Amino acid sequence: MKDDSPLVTLATHFALLSLFAVGGANAAMPEMHRMAVDVQGWMTDRQFADMFAISQLSPGPNVIIVTLIGFHVAGIAGALVATIAMTGPTCLVAFWVARLWDRFKDAPWRIAIQSGLVPVSIGLMAASAYIIAGAADKTLAAALITAATAAAGYFTRINPLWLFALAGALGLAGYL
Amino acid sequence: MTPSPPHVPASAKNPSLTQLFVDFALCSLMGFGGVLPWARRMIVDKRRWMTAEEFNEAFSLSQFLPGPNFINFSVVFGSRIAGPRGAIVVLLGLLGPPLIIVTVLAALYARYGDLAALGRVLAGIAAAAAGLLIATVAKMARPLFGGGHYWAIAIALIGSIAVGPLHLPLQWVLLILAPISIAIAWIWR
Repeated sequence: MKDDSPLVTLATHFALLSLFAVGGANAAMPEMHRMAVDVQGWMTDRQFADMFAISQLSPGPNVIIVTLIGFHVAGIAGALVATIAMTGPTCLVAFWVARLWDRFKDAPWRIAIQSGLVPVSIGLMAASAYIIAGAADKTLAAALITAATAAAGYFTRINPLWLFALAGALGLAGYL
Repeated sequence: MTPSPPHVPASAKNPSLTQLFVDFALCSLMGFGGVLPWARRMIVDKRRWMTAEEFNEAFSLSQFLPGPNFINFSVVFGSRIAGPRGAIVVLLGLLGPPLIIVTVLAALYARYGDLAALGRVLAGIAAAAAGLLIATVAKMARPLFGGGHYWAIAIALIGSIAVGPLHLPLQWVLLILAPISIAIAWIWR
């Protein structure tokens, strides 16, 4: 690997990674770790774990961890290059497939694929919810917050931001 | 490439590009632990840009494309509702605010190396975010129960148990379950 061009390494690695990352940013996490810690030696294990934590602390899509890795490696330019490499190529694929998809809107094969994919997708999202709740609910109080937010989110039209604020305050006070 | 008119769902209300940008930036800023619940709330419940079924279809398509799911979804949604410019505007709204926030967080971390208080607040928010995601998935599953498609309910259950409690690798579950599900959908059509 060329040590003098971290931006090129960032761009090529993340662009390739994104095109093979079916299942989202979290599915690509082990490969990102391998690349940043083991292969390139950009950071220690501990630093990678901290970056994962910061990306979880930040609002927005989880893929934002690549921004942090890029920032660590090459400052603001690195942050931009890593983010664009991770999202650009797949955005073009998504755009092109969406166009194609709409063109064959009434084709029987497209309708069958689409109605076959929806239940698989919902099953995978349910699995994510299960895994995320398991990671977040280490105490009874946290599990109660999860249950209360799930009930309020499903049965009422209350803005979840209020529940987030309450849960954040409870966390800061040390109840979780 | 000459832009052809995008397919606009019947429920769309032709939002302006500014409105798309602002709405997605807000969703992104509220999206601790995932943007999906906030985006569904806005697109389906508040603005009625898509029906529950249209949202499920667009989201499931995005999930099976390579790359970050929600980035893909914003491209699929944005281009469908307002063409290429819509896709770009939605992406900028989704990525802009968190890019700035995460860079500031990284700078703070580099200087102080300790985010303990923020971590405690976020532990609370993470618990609430998990609950909100459960509610959103339950809402997304509702159309499955409407049309008497019992096979679809079974597929969703199998997928969730395989990847959730059984911890089977996501890619393998996708590779096996998706063709089976598509085949059933083809026979059942």
